Amino acid sequence: MELFRLTAHELAELLRRREVSSYEITRAVLTRIAEIEPKVQAYISVTGDEALQMAKEADELLAKGEAPSQLTGIPVAIKDNMCTRGTLTTCASKILGNFVPPYDATTVARLREKKAVFVGKTNMDEFAMGSSTENSGIKPTLNPWDLSRIPGGSSGGSAAAIAADMAIVATGSDTGGSIRQPAAFCGVVGLKPTYGLVSRYGLVAFASSLDQIGPITKDVTDAALLLNELAGHDPMDSTSADVECPDYTKFLGRDLRGVRVGLPKEFFGEGLDPEVEGSVRAAIGELEKLGAEITEVSLPHSPYAVATYYLCATAEASSNLARYDGVKYGLRVDADNIIDMFSRTRSAGFGTEVKRRIMLGTYALSAGYYDAYYLKALKVRTLIKRDFDQAFEKCDVIAGPTTPTPAFRLGEKTANPLEMYLSDIFTISVNLAGICGISVPCGVSQSKLPIGLQLIAPAFEEGRLFRVAYAYEQATEWHRQRAQYVTL
Amino acid sequence: MTQFEPVIGMEVHVELATESKIFCGCSTRFGQEPNTQTCPICLGMPGVLPVVNRKAVEFTIRTALALNCLINERTWFDRKNYYYPDLPKNYQISQNYACLGVNGWIEIPVGDSVKRVRINNVHLEEDAGKLVHTELPGADYSLVDLNRAGTPLIEIVSEPDMASAEEALAYMVTLKNLLEYIEVSDCKMQEGRLRFEVNISLREAGSSKLGTKVEIKNLNSMKTALKCIEYEMKRQSEILASGGRVVQETRLWDEATGETRAMRSKEFAHDYRYFPDPDLVEIHIPPSWQEEVRQNLPELQDAKRRRYIEELGLPEYDARVLTASKKTATYYEKAVAAYHNPKAISNWMMTEVLRELREREMDADELPLKPEGLAAIVRMIDEGKISGKIGKEVFQKALESGEAPEAIVQREGLIQVSDTGEVERWVDEAISENPDMAEKIRAGNEKTIQALVGQVMKKSRGKANPKLVNELIRQKLTN
Repeated sequence: MELFRLTAHELAELLRRREVSSYEITRAVLTRIAEIEPKVQAYISVTGDEALQMAKEADELLAKGEAPSQLTGIPVAIKDNMCTRGTLTTCASKILGNFVPPYDATTVARLREKKAVFVGKTNMDEFAMGSSTENSGIKPTLNPWDLSRIPGGSSGGSAAAIAADMAIVATGSDTGGSIRQPAAFCGVVGLKPTYGLVSRYGLVAFASSLDQIGPITKDVTDAALLLNELAGHDPMDSTSADVECPDYTKFLGRDLRGVRVGLPKEFFGEGLDPEVEGSVRAAIGELEKLGAEITEVSLPHSPYAVATYYLCATAEASSNLARYDGVKYGLRVDADNIIDMFSRTRSAGFGTEVKRRIMLGTYALSAGYYDAYYLKALKVRTLIKRDFDQAFEKCDVIAGPTTPTPAFRLGEKTANPLEMYLSDIFTISVNLAGICGISVPCGVSQSKLPIGLQLIAPAFEEGRLFRVAYAYEQATEWHRQRAQYVTL
Repeated sequence: MTQFEPVIGMEVHVELATESKIFCGCSTRFGQEPNTQTCPICLGMPGVLPVVNRKAVEFTIRTALALNCLINERTWFDRKNYYYPDLPKNYQISQNYACLGVNGWIEIPVGDSVKRVRINNVHLEEDAGKLVHTELPGADYSLVDLNRAGTPLIEIVSEPDMASAEEALAYMVTLKNLLEYIEVSDCKMQEGRLRFEVNISLREAGSSKLGTKVEIKNLNSMKTALKCIEYEMKRQSEILASGGRVVQETRLWDEATGETRAMRSKEFAHDYRYFPDPDLVEIHIPPSWQEEVRQNLPELQDAKRRRYIEELGLPEYDARVLTASKKTATYYEKAVAAYHNPKAISNWMMTEVLRELREREMDADELPLKPEGLAAIVRMIDEGKISGKIGKEVFQKALESGEAPEAIVQREGLIQVSDTGEVERWVDEAISENPDMAEKIRAGNEKTIQALVGQVMKKSRGKANPKLVNELIRQKLTN
């Protein structure tokens, strides 16, 4: 049995029955990483020794029957923008190339407390700015389904690691689609929780009002298990919602009777790849078969989402990234005076896309432009949020494509940032509205690339996403197709 | 020659007396080893988030209410973006779009009347750290101490309502007293807890048209602020008198030269790109919270003054002088608590204590003689243990050595002698040594009695009870 191919819930069952140990699972995953990593390049750091030590500790608890969680002893990959005490946390940026945080992100601390096993830190677009992981300041990650293609981004390392069975579950972060888009491109499950559901403490900020940590997993059940550990109020994060979090696995059922599924007509227009549209429409037919009522809804301000996002997100980023100046930690390029030191450090430390966004955001906040750009964007953001409020009066979940196309080729869009930005066109508005969305596999293209179905629910209604996504997953075979196509 | 008058506004920065910093749990203690009062949050490390200190918000509400401001029921923090190595995040969390308190006023004494200075706003922000410029020869670096970074700071911004250096001083003094009264800050200027920025322009006397203003930063005491205002008035009036134009700019006070100089443009940002801090949520201050803060305001100056008159029986004048500074009043109250003779202690306060404070440029809480010591001196006088004159000597000695007055009196054998036998011996000796005086007294010369008492006191080295001496002389030399 190839343990690394199993899901967390399958392994948890084996661990519970003591048929395997966490040590064995961890070793299997580490061996798999050693074999596959040179081809896929999903990790920035692999922490093998630490992982085996954590596995031993997990096994001690498991042996006593005191496992605190279904994820106890399960190998987890962590995106490299989440601080891990004592382990390099680079954000895939040269400017943090040597940064070892003396603290854990809250999400990391929670997984550590539950004795999950950390196998490594995954590659990403630098500071989570990008849609292909090509903006990594360290190296690109390749799509396990087709090594000539990108895995999506910015959580491309986490999605590729899950798709290639180099971790059992992974964390990602999603500011405009950075969990869902790579999940769709890699044929795995990715969930962007409601803003405020998961603590941002220790998540290196890109755009504070949009960033959210979430699970990237092999199936929907694992996503529920991981969200159970990640979600919950954190007094260290003022924007963390003080809400009661249910056990998300209790929403997993097979029946969709009475569920109203809304199709936004704006998500099925120009620019949508016909194969993607075909798969998504077939998936909607499946939902209907399961008892869901399908209804058309409208999100009239969708065309403005990308523009709005690139004002809000870059404005916040321009300020969030100001602290990387060479004074306190990270890269420093010396100079004769402080201004030149700042300037040389930042010139050398940041990549092109990060610089582009810092400049965009600085511009949007500048005197004389603030009202026209930043403030206007905030107003449109309110309208986008209202679109969703109105749509959810008519439906319980919204369904549509996660991405307009399947995974594109390396280098295909790097010359044209705008085109790259448009690959997030269906995911971005969910972040702007602060609500939740999930991407689940719903098809494979003729060129043997996975296609993702996106489901969207109102704030703190992750339960609805799990219900619909799980029923769909169980009724179809798409989540099992990966094994057939990913032949590394 | 044209006469110019200044138009002055002030920004006053006040470090709040909270135990911990504004956005993390670090201590605000002053004078610790560099960078020991820090954590990932106030160091601005990647991924950390601020959580606001409720006490700091409450202190700001208290200040805004005491300054008669309107409270914004919905207030929030904005980021002020600029690069400086003492600012760990390269933005300061401050308030710009919805300051906690707006449109207030404070009354300051001007001559025999009062003048109302309008307060534009009161807002809450975090302090920056400190650059330490090394003095080692050849050193090509500066050090950063972030102990102070994240200390809660309020900024009180006045309207340009002050028309002279004297009014500016009255504003600073009144404001400092008020801040001490409401117990939001200890206002220790030598620790940088109270800092001033001045904006000043000149206009032709009597004109209502405003001139070009200049801002001066980096003023760490009232004295400096005053010197700076006087310097700028002179500098600007010379420019204007010679037909020149004042440049609108930010200047720095240079303590070494006693002059202001223009800041290089790189030393400050022109555009702070303020925007609401997405890491913090809006603060809601409903009327109920405002009312709660109002109810819990410490006793203010007027109430204290009335209480001194009504409960302690002090004259209006005493009550006014003693309550002019909270620290003086607190000193006084502690002394009265230790020994209840309000008027006698008040007399000592208004003469000896206030004189010493003026001479030493100190606040009452810094005086080496504690209020309990002052109370002991007054009690010893009342009990006849020492004379008033000895009391003053003991006061001086206690100030110098910090020793308890009772101990000084004991050690130096200053206890007043009221034993009739011993005093009688000194009186008899004095009479026999000064027959002329004795003769004059017998002849009815009252004044000479005092002279002879003086002789007896001298003989007793001040220890004889002067009342008893007086009585004995009368017994012996008059009918």
